[in-house]
Amino acid sequence: MKILVPVKRVPDPATTIRVLPDGSGIATDNVKWVINPFDEIAIEEALRIKEKQGAGQVILISIGQQAWQEQLRTGLAMGADRAILVRTETPLDPLAIARVIAKVASDEQPGLVIIGKQAIDDDSNQVGQMIAEFLGWPQATFASKLELAGEKCTVVREADGGLETVAFALPAVITTDLRLNEPRYASLPGIMKARKKPLLDITAESLGVDLAPKLKIRKLTAPAKRQAGRKVASVEELVAVLHTEAKVI
Amino acid sequence: MGDVIVFVEHRGGHFPKTTLIGINAGLELAAKRGGSCSAVVAGEGADTVAAEVAKYGVAKVIVLEEPRLAHYLADAAAQALAVLVKSTGAETVLATATALGKDLMPRLAARLNVPMASEIIAINDDGTFVRPMYAGNVLATVELEGPVRIVTVRGTAFDAAKPAAAVAPIERVAATLDPAGLKMEFVAFNEIKSDRPELTEARIVVSGGRGLKSGENFKSVLEPLVDEMGAAMGASRAAVDAGFVPNDLQVGQTGKVVAPELYVAVGISGAIQHLAGMKDSKTIVAINKDEEAPIFSVADFGLVADLFKAVPEMVEAMKKVKH
Repeated sequence: MKILVPVKRVPDPATTIRVLPDGSGIATDNVKWVINPFDEIAIEEALRIKEKQGAGQVILISIGQQAWQEQLRTGLAMGADRAILVRTETPLDPLAIARVIAKVASDEQPGLVIIGKQAIDDDSNQVGQMIAEFLGWPQATFASKLELAGEKCTVVREADGGLETVAFALPAVITTDLRLNEPRYASLPGIMKARKKPLLDITAESLGVDLAPKLKIRKLTAPAKRQAGRKVASVEELVAVLHTEAKVI
Repeated sequence: MGDVIVFVEHRGGHFPKTTLIGINAGLELAAKRGGSCSAVVAGEGADTVAAEVAKYGVAKVIVLEEPRLAHYLADAAAQALAVLVKSTGAETVLATATALGKDLMPRLAARLNVPMASEIIAINDDGTFVRPMYAGNVLATVELEGPVRIVTVRGTAFDAAKPAAAVAPIERVAATLDPAGLKMEFVAFNEIKSDRPELTEARIVVSGGRGLKSGENFKSVLEPLVDEMGAAMGASRAAVDAGFVPNDLQVGQTGKVVAPELYVAVGISGAIQHLAGMKDSKTIVAINKDEEAPIFSVADFGLVADLFKAVPEMVEAMKKVKH
């Protein structure tokens, strides 16, 4: 079975994010770029399925600029078989990203699309669900456990107040939550091999889907900083101020 | 023009308190756009929910009737809502950004081929929305261009709707579903039972981090304080990743966002991903032995202390306050 894994390049989660003075974007100097952590979980899950089935192909896809090859190579070093970079110089909105991935999926015919539940840069949490709808496929978001038996897929999902189990026949879209797995690191031989793995470079325009952004970011601002309060000397003082000053207990 | 539909989720006739926050945001948006705000509810127990929601100031409550909507499933719900949106001519469809709202609304957006704004925290007069990005370190003003706009609302960003003088009429609509598009099956819901308040609804939240060192210490050290304070229990991602507590307790960028009256962070260093989930709390208390911990930069009251000594002391001190 083919598994398609969309991968987004994002600032390292430990990076301090600063808004540019004119509000047009964030400062990207000194930013270390990584694979979106939830997409790493998606790559890991795809690799595990392939290893368990003893056959198949894990295909990565990114939509961005030349530099995004770096993260695709990292994913290939983890063990993915090949990668597709869909080039665009202007950032696309989630709807257009989903259209691009759905188009590639309809060409590649994977049994599964596995994608992170959200990217930690824009925190939208939209693309997986949109891909599923564009393809007319079932979806299981926030997956913490995935079981395959032939064409049938059973997924345990992180819902509010409990765990929900849904089932469906493949093909389907899965979005990953933290509990699904612990991603592997790329091994040295993996990194060597990755250099020779196929990386297809195509333009977004060549896919013939609507790329016009409908979600427009007008400006970015930094949120008001919360003022640090004061230190208290003891538990006794803490409970006293909570009771008499903050009046919350 | 300018009409708003609020999707109301529920489980067997009970809806979360954050639903009323979504309804209030819907009412505010409709007022700003010169339209009316309706609520829509489907599934087993929808009648009970509709009767309750009708009291909160909406123009009407629509009950979508269709046996295959009994249990929520994204593909069926998105189909039914898309038909309803087209027939009513609504400008915006809105839901609270719960696990269910996040699951459904992007699928609906794709079905209608229109854009969506996730987890908005403010509605501007010019029709734009404000939403956090980068774990709340950036606020974006966004505009949605489409005949229809899809929005989820952060559950901590608006007040809950209040009961209104008039009770809204309830309208029943037979939902239209294309069976070919129904591919998902609901198997089970395993509720994590707890006598404590729901994390996103609690007045007080006490959260533990890696400083607790083990799941056993969550039970023996932190839980007595949680219960003495009548609080909900939360955790940092570090504590969840270490397997001390289940994932549904995680507070932060990729977990739950909370804004209680009192948030007590115990043994939590305060990574930006955690701060993203709690920094809008009214009063924040941090207990940490490392006085340099970033959590102190957002805490109203900080106590530099060994939590294994301070927390049991606090349990005793709480007893005295209450009596």
